[in-house]
Amino acid sequence: MTVTQSSRLRTSDVARLGASGLVARPMRAVLSALGIAIGIAAMIAVVGISTSSQAELNAQLDSLGTNLLQASQGQDVFGEDVDLPLTTLGSAERVDGVEAAATTGLVADTGVYRSSRIPAGNTNGLAVMTASSGLLEVVGGSVARGTWFTDGTAEYPTVVLGAQAARLLGVTEPGRHVLIGGTTHLVVGILDPVPLAAEIDTAALVGEGEGARLTGGPVHPTAVYLRVDEERVEEVRSLIAPTVQPQSPTDVEVTRPSDALAAKQAADQAFTGLLVGLGSVALLVGGIGVANTMVISVLERRREIGLRRALGATRGHIRSQFLAEALLLSLLGGVAGVVLGLGVTAAFAASKGWPVAVPPTVLAAGLGATIVIGAIAGLWPAVRAARTPPTEALQS
Amino acid sequence: MSVAQVDAGTSRVDPASDVVVELEEVGRVYGQPPTIALDGVSLRVRRGEFVAIVGPSGSGKSTLLNVLGTLDRPTTGTVTVDGVDVASSSDAELSGLRAHRIGFVFQQFHLSEGISTVDNVAMGLLYTGTPRRERRRRATEALERVGLAHRLDHEPNQLSGGERQRVAIARAVVHRPSLLLADEPTGNLDTRASDSIVELLHELHAAGTSIVVITHDAELAARLPRQVTIRDGRLVGDTTTSSVLQGASR
Repeated sequence: MTVTQSSRLRTSDVARLGASGLVARPMRAVLSALGIAIGIAAMIAVVGISTSSQAELNAQLDSLGTNLLQASQGQDVFGEDVDLPLTTLGSAERVDGVEAAATTGLVADTGVYRSSRIPAGNTNGLAVMTASSGLLEVVGGSVARGTWFTDGTAEYPTVVLGAQAARLLGVTEPGRHVLIGGTTHLVVGILDPVPLAAEIDTAALVGEGEGARLTGGPVHPTAVYLRVDEERVEEVRSLIAPTVQPQSPTDVEVTRPSDALAAKQAADQAFTGLLVGLGSVALLVGGIGVANTMVISVLERRREIGLRRALGATRGHIRSQFLAEALLLSLLGGVAGVVLGLGVTAAFAASKGWPVAVPPTVLAAGLGATIVIGAIAGLWPAVRAARTPPTEALQS
Repeated sequence: MSVAQVDAGTSRVDPASDVVVELEEVGRVYGQPPTIALDGVSLRVRRGEFVAIVGPSGSGKSTLLNVLGTLDRPTTGTVTVDGVDVASSSDAELSGLRAHRIGFVFQQFHLSEGISTVDNVAMGLLYTGTPRRERRRRATEALERVGLAHRLDHEPNQLSGGERQRVAIARAVVHRPSLLLADEPTGNLDTRASDSIVELLHELHAAGTSIVVITHDAELAARLPRQVTIRDGRLVGDTTTSSVLQGASR
């Protein structure tokens, strides 16, 4: 005959109770949310900086092109260098799928010096190389100062210096002279760094005719660079060695320079994994901070719990209230962390001149993680609060 | 709200419906070694009664109030509140009973600091699922009933002790409970504030609320229609004073 009216707490009131618990002790809420914020910010910044640098690399690869192949002089089974034939450039250009080709050839035992007073041993590690006329275009290089060879200048004792070579020789302007093989050569141009062919940065380039004059005979190519149809890179890659060196194709080393840049990026990513690991430790510590705050809160608020039980709150209502408080607390930290992490990423990327790229999934994962942390950190204190006997709570 | 509940309040057919709370041979034992707080207490409070439970400290008064208010379960015996058997009820059912049918007033007021009077009183309706706006409206009404219409937006620390206890009483009656339980409601108040609280309780009683007051103040108890005396966990006296005195005390 009796109808028991049930105890009911509206969802909006649960949220309000959770928020009011935090507002009542703002300093404590801010400090414990800070732990979560730092953890999330660290993770977002690490991932954001890594993806921004990836975006920068992709942009760089896009502009440099991933369709450059390089075939270099290899060594035979006895460890002897095997020269590429003089016909290399011509045969490479005839391979189906090759859009352009160029060669460099090392001028052996010849150094480049600033003046005759420099001892011959002080080569600075710089090499003298012949360059075919299309080299700059094929490797995607550019001239910083002066000009590239023209048909005319290539035949005369002129030189174009790689960026690093110019720096080491102390040459800042074209028009200066350097000494190559005992002859004075006029510097006509200085190159920008070439990311896809770093060996050019430390080279003094001369025309093929001038190379022949220096060695007393035609210079064999040591490397051939090929711009290839994007769709056929792998195909050409397998064809190039037998084409330029039909007798001993295994003595030719074929590489794709853009792979090296990508490999460097992969190494960076391994480091990023480590940093994300450290960030997650910070997040864990933040979660423990929230749990600690909640445990203290439950102990301090025994009277409030008792009163609420007397006013008709069920154990479930008390549990929801404290769980809502923990969730709000960590969510507060999560939102602050996301903002902070984005800010750090943007500032770092701006300082490096990179584009800012943070995947939205990372932001969502960050907020999702805080919700999980809040739930885990809040669960035990909430259960404990719910188990507080109302009579004891009211006496304390 | 059901028809059945309306019947329970108005119908005279079932004599049990006239009883707000009934204790039969209730015992409560605490801890190890066992301390006997209540020992075979039987008590029946009818609708509209105004009862004082008197006894010295440690006599089991507070335990009795907790048992009456379903905050505590007896070790032995049965407790029936508004027709509901406490022993066979779940935590959720007892919480529902407290949310809708029972009001508590405590010696230490237990008001929440930092929130306004009207919000403190509205908290009395929080666990009934009433929307916030409606809670505040009814809280305002309850505060008017206890004579604090001019203190709606004050916070507890801006009020005198007597005013705070009035707020606590408003919170206890805002959901119009069947039973109002007061634990030493004047224990922390000076004589004048005490008198005004007793007067307020009399007014609420006159308006139809069933009230049980726990007190060790014999003078206060003497002004109530019925006095139940408890000592060492046992009922040792139950007297109903003549209605003449009742009238005089109002």
